[in-house]
Amino acid sequence: MSVLGALSFPLSTGRDLVYLVVAIGFILTLKGLSSPRGARRGTLVGAAAAAVGVAMTFTDPSLRTPVPGVNHALNLALMLSAMVVGAVIAVPAARLVKMTAMPQMVAIFNGVGGGAAALVSITEFLKLPTGTVAIYKIAEVLFGVVVGAVSFSGSAIAFAKLQELMTGRPVTYPGQQAINAVIGLGILGLVVAALATSNVALMVLVLVLSLVLGVVFVLPIGGADVPVLISLLNSFTGLAVAASGFTLDSNLLIVAGTLVGASGILLTRMMSTAMGRSLPNILFSAFGAVVTASGAEGGTEGRTVRSGTPEDIGVLLAYARKVAIVPGYGLAVAQAQHTARELADALAKRGVEVYYAIHPVAGRMPGHMNVLLAEANVPYEQLKEMDEANPEMPTTDVALVVGANDTVNPAAKNTPGSPIYGMPIINADQAHNIVFLKRSMRPGFAGIDNELLYDPKTTMLFGDAKESLQKLVSAVESA
Amino acid sequence: MSVGLVELFTIFVLAAFVGYEVISKVPSILHTPLMSGSNAVHGIILVGTMVVLGDAHGAAQLVLGTLAVLLATLNLVGGFVVTDRMLEMFKSKPSERSSPGTAPAAEGPRPGGGAK
Repeated sequence: MSVLGALSFPLSTGRDLVYLVVAIGFILTLKGLSSPRGARRGTLVGAAAAAVGVAMTFTDPSLRTPVPGVNHALNLALMLSAMVVGAVIAVPAARLVKMTAMPQMVAIFNGVGGGAAALVSITEFLKLPTGTVAIYKIAEVLFGVVVGAVSFSGSAIAFAKLQELMTGRPVTYPGQQAINAVIGLGILGLVVAALATSNVALMVLVLVLSLVLGVVFVLPIGGADVPVLISLLNSFTGLAVAASGFTLDSNLLIVAGTLVGASGILLTRMMSTAMGRSLPNILFSAFGAVVTASGAEGGTEGRTVRSGTPEDIGVLLAYARKVAIVPGYGLAVAQAQHTARELADALAKRGVEVYYAIHPVAGRMPGHMNVLLAEANVPYEQLKEMDEANPEMPTTDVALVVGANDTVNPAAKNTPGSPIYGMPIINADQAHNIVFLKRSMRPGFAGIDNELLYDPKTTMLFGDAKESLQKLVSAVESA
Repeated sequence: MSVGLVELFTIFVLAAFVGYEVISKVPSILHTPLMSGSNAVHGIILVGTMVVLGDAHGAAQLVLGTLAVLLATLNLVGGFVVTDRMLEMFKSKPSERSSPGTAPAAEGPRPGGGAK
């Protein structure tokens, strides 16, 4: 203190300046993550900035200023224990999670962040002195509660969908839109009432209804769209954090929260563009109804599926000139990315030209598949984005679809009623031959039938993606 | 007091523009890491939860505040660790491999460690 005093500015100014540096660190983090080269460094800068910010916060006056009834030693002990417990849970969870389960992990971490922001707002509400509070203070608190709670419960449902604790299909029921509207209006009414009275019971009701809203908001969204939703909820959490920043007069929280809120909206739009859908279409379309309709009309009876032996398919591949591997989530689940590379290597050894046709949302998130294939050391020049791969398809001898379904479904081009109509797809149907490696005839994540499976050019090889690929590797090597 | 609000609002609006501009050009392969990274950034709510718990009094505030610190720590720590793990996968790119010295050491443990 005395040293800082000699520098003739108070500790609080020093703390604010440090927070400014932290905020700049976060901007650099987002900037770095926008390019492959700066991504890793950006993350490290962000983590370091966050650590400095947290360390500096231990000097905050709220941790020492004597207040009747506050035992600062107890509060500090609780704080440190909660931080240690949090870190002890978070680090192994984040380290050990399978790469395929990353989307769920992001959903959880996002949800707890939203929950934390909501709790900050709630606790501040409890601290407000009664009677003399400016109305905007209560408004900030309530905004934080609503958005944080929606993000929390919405992320929980998104997690359950991705983890397959519940169905990935859209959950719909009669009067859904009306019920959601009533809940939304109910929250609005309660917020107005709470603004007028600053009543704690009303605030609790707002909290409960907001949690319900988060659930009903996410339920009708189909599993394939959940990643876009997580990005949106991520943006929501940012806004809730910004609201907490207003409540606590914290520039750092406002800047960090708003950065995430704004960039999250933009990222969400980029993702939905990659899926060829508009954001409102993803969020509010009556997805479920259309699914059942097209499912009924495209009944599977009377159509034949041709399945082949690994040896047949091995020969087909070995004597092809150009082979496209179209990876999907099934490849990721089976951890088959390394085996896929082995097959590509075996084919390349025979002089077959091999490339990977990557749909922007292959896997479960945009860019997810690139991460998995990079992990398997697939040469970068063999990875072709959809726009690059599609012109090659008509001259491709075999499109080997490994655990993908919706991203090659021609219904997206041909069936206007289909829920995925308009989504850009990999044009595997234009290849001379199509081979599907699939576990079963079950429809993909979007829950719709794929006519390509019944195409006369198509051969099926049923089974686990990794085992099937291994069989193909030996078949190719002995062909 | 309303002057303070206007200042905060100014910061909010400017930060919104920065957030929007700073990621305007992102290749789709980085969408997932970027989402994860921005998820980690809002974990800085930890700073807010610390301030809230700092002068909390009464059982309700202490319980809520402690829970808030716990959740925020999960968000902040978990968010950065997950993001870093995703980006580890990009290390083996040919362009990155050209930097001498680091490549052999970095390549050894990754295929096994990264898969689990």
